[in-house]
Amino acid sequence: MAEREPIVRFEHISMQFPGVLANDDVSLEIYPGEVFALVGENGAGKSTLMNVLYGLNQPTSGAIHVKGKKVEKQSPSQAIAMGVGMVHQHFKLVGSFTVAQNIALCCEPKKKLGLYDFRAANDTVRHLSEEFGLEIDPTAQVNSLSVGLQQRVEILKTLHRGADVLILDEPTAVLTPQETDELFRVIRGIVRDKGMTVIIITHKLYEVMAISDRVGVMRAGKLVGLKNTSEVNERMLASMMVGREMLHAQLEKTGDTGDERIRVENLQVLSDRMLPAVQGVSLNVRAGEILGVAAIEGNGQSELIEAITGMRPVRGGEVFIDGKSVAGKTPGEIRKLGLAHIPEDRLRTGVSPAASVEDNLLAGKQRTKEFSAAGMHLKRRAVHEYARKLFSQFDIRGAGVGTAAGSLSGGNMQKVVLAREFSLGADILIISQPTRGVDIGAIEFIHKSIVEKRNAGCAILLVSADLDEVFRLSDRIITLYEGKITGHFRAGEIEKADIGYYMTGARTGSEEASR
Amino acid sequence: MREFLSVFSIGLFQNTLRTATPVVLAALGVLMTDHVGIMNIGMDGMMLCGAFFAVLGSCYLGGWLGGLVLALAVGLLLGAFFGLFVVKFKSDEYIIGVALNIFAGGLTVFLLRTIFGVAGAYSGTDALPIFGLPKINIPLIENIPILSDLLSGNTLLVYVSWILVALSYVLIYKTPLGFWLRAAGEHPESLRAAGKSPEKMKYLASILCGLFSGLAGAHLSLGYLTMFTENMSASRGFIAVACVIFGASNPPRVFLAALLFGFIDALGLRVQSFNVSSNLTSLAPYLVTVIMMVWVVWRGERKKKRLAR
Repeated sequence: MAEREPIVRFEHISMQFPGVLANDDVSLEIYPGEVFALVGENGAGKSTLMNVLYGLNQPTSGAIHVKGKKVEKQSPSQAIAMGVGMVHQHFKLVGSFTVAQNIALCCEPKKKLGLYDFRAANDTVRHLSEEFGLEIDPTAQVNSLSVGLQQRVEILKTLHRGADVLILDEPTAVLTPQETDELFRVIRGIVRDKGMTVIIITHKLYEVMAISDRVGVMRAGKLVGLKNTSEVNERMLASMMVGREMLHAQLEKTGDTGDERIRVENLQVLSDRMLPAVQGVSLNVRAGEILGVAAIEGNGQSELIEAITGMRPVRGGEVFIDGKSVAGKTPGEIRKLGLAHIPEDRLRTGVSPAASVEDNLLAGKQRTKEFSAAGMHLKRRAVHEYARKLFSQFDIRGAGVGTAAGSLSGGNMQKVVLAREFSLGADILIISQPTRGVDIGAIEFIHKSIVEKRNAGCAILLVSADLDEVFRLSDRIITLYEGKITGHFRAGEIEKADIGYYMTGARTGSEEASR
Repeated sequence: MREFLSVFSIGLFQNTLRTATPVVLAALGVLMTDHVGIMNIGMDGMMLCGAFFAVLGSCYLGGWLGGLVLALAVGLLLGAFFGLFVVKFKSDEYIIGVALNIFAGGLTVFLLRTIFGVAGAYSGTDALPIFGLPKINIPLIENIPILSDLLSGNTLLVYVSWILVALSYVLIYKTPLGFWLRAAGEHPESLRAAGKSPEKMKYLASILCGLFSGLAGAHLSLGYLTMFTENMSASRGFIAVACVIFGASNPPRVFLAALLFGFIDALGLRVQSFNVSSNLTSLAPYLVTVIMMVWVVWRGERKKKRLAR
């Protein structure tokens, strides 16, 4: 492979952002017809490096060669002209347009009088989709498509513009396992049959093993490892990523389970689209245990959590905290019962991105005697001291407590939420997707904090799309499928490989029992 | 009863077309900005300016054509001004809209007094007459009894507005440019990634909006009436906004909404001859606007419920 001419060559790329050296002298060669995986923690500089290639960032120093030619002036249109296409994490699609209209945007075929030739656009997309084996209906409205198909539209868009180097930025973050398999099938197809080159940014290591030929590991802006995938395993990659061997250390669980703190009886909740999302769920959580909810995204787990925390109306059934019904109570009143909540979407409900870290840490406590005089005037100095204490205690890394919470990286933002909710003195914790998009170092910290809370006698309800997380933390596990509980297990009763059946509804607990 | 039925004469439908036209033109302008994701509530003020400068041009630039050209030029300027603030300086479009409305009210009153030396209204003098827009008779149709009363003999901009409804529809839904405009409104980043500037599209829509406001104003002061009175737009710009929402920014549907408004307005005028207080009848168009908005919300809710099933 080394004898071949590289299709993309990064030469000593450095990228200086205000206060951060995002790329530090990175040199890397990508060869035609390979799947190259770029892995690293959040903030390691993977996306920055790819944005440089795609022309979204101008490197502070260094040069890029594509197909032997030096890229003089980086811009996305320049990149597209040189055959480099990128599928971003957040899709750039117009929802009300059809698939073909999105793919043809800004290069529309025209009829006489400059009118849009819809038929030609549809035919082009149909041909493209046949040629590359990416099945799609060109006339379908993008809004009506699943996330997986929308991603396919994005890939087709880059192919339509003649890309032969395809950059995928965390393509599986939003996909179900089935959609991920499908995506990988597509990637293998276009690489094998069309000789495309694919660069995939990810931090899921098993995906690296599954799809890539070679892998580059980034840490703190530097390229710290470059290997053939066949020569490495997940553990090696993980230690390269974090710079130390630390993955999957055993978490020590101590203490006994106590009284029942949360009880949910036959709960029914509607989704935003007024469809039944939770259909008759009953569960309970005791003091000193973690109940994990394993489910594929969109199977009612979000609505379940929102109903318990009072953020979404309950349609039927009831939620009890310490035996008291919370029907009709506001989220604030429920929190007063001793409940803390780490919401799944930290940017929207977890923090106020525009407010400072300090104010975010204070939120919920601003009327206490400790921090305000007569519930009116904030004692800024006390608040500052308190925030500084939590900042170091929870190992939040950022420019200080005065910076906007929204400017922190995902992991540090999550630590802010964690610090606030864990220091309320609440002993019932509702935790949703605690480590989504969080780097490995922070995951370790967050997991430890959660288990410490459990050992201290808190009742914890944990929802996560990450099975490793559910298995690592939970004392009991339930699976949800289409708003119903399909399985209930004690830790160790079931293997990770088997639980997928329950999460996809292939067999339900009741069927099992009747057999 | 027969007396009441006489309200529904051919004159009623003539009036419907007459009163609907300024709203149609204004609504076409508003829908252009709506498609790029800007709600222009300053249309009322822009129209008022158009109406004033149409009269000014008609008086000083030798006829209705001069009036039309001046109204369009001022509209273009105001549209570009609106775009500059909303797109470039990223100001709140509602605040700029309100500012435009207040500015237009003050400016036209001030200029009316300094240039024409009158307060309240100017309807031309012998020395300085206002030349109104020409009425156009359509051959063939002018010989058909009822149709001739309705479709023939209207002022120029009535016909222009019909053509513009069709052209706007084609532009927005059948040309690439229309797709770029809509992409700029719905998902600007997708347009940017595809290589076109959403900001340029927003400017273009703002300028188109300004041109339409000029036409709407010119029709008001040179077609509908041949005079300028203070605040003569009488919130038609806002009614245009309501029609755009009601018609989901689709030109033919917006046109129908404007016709409905015109019909109610004309009906109100006719009913006055039956000793119904004019204060009450002039309420009608605004009442209809409120009902339209309630219907839009109700329809949205029903759609949600239908999805739920």
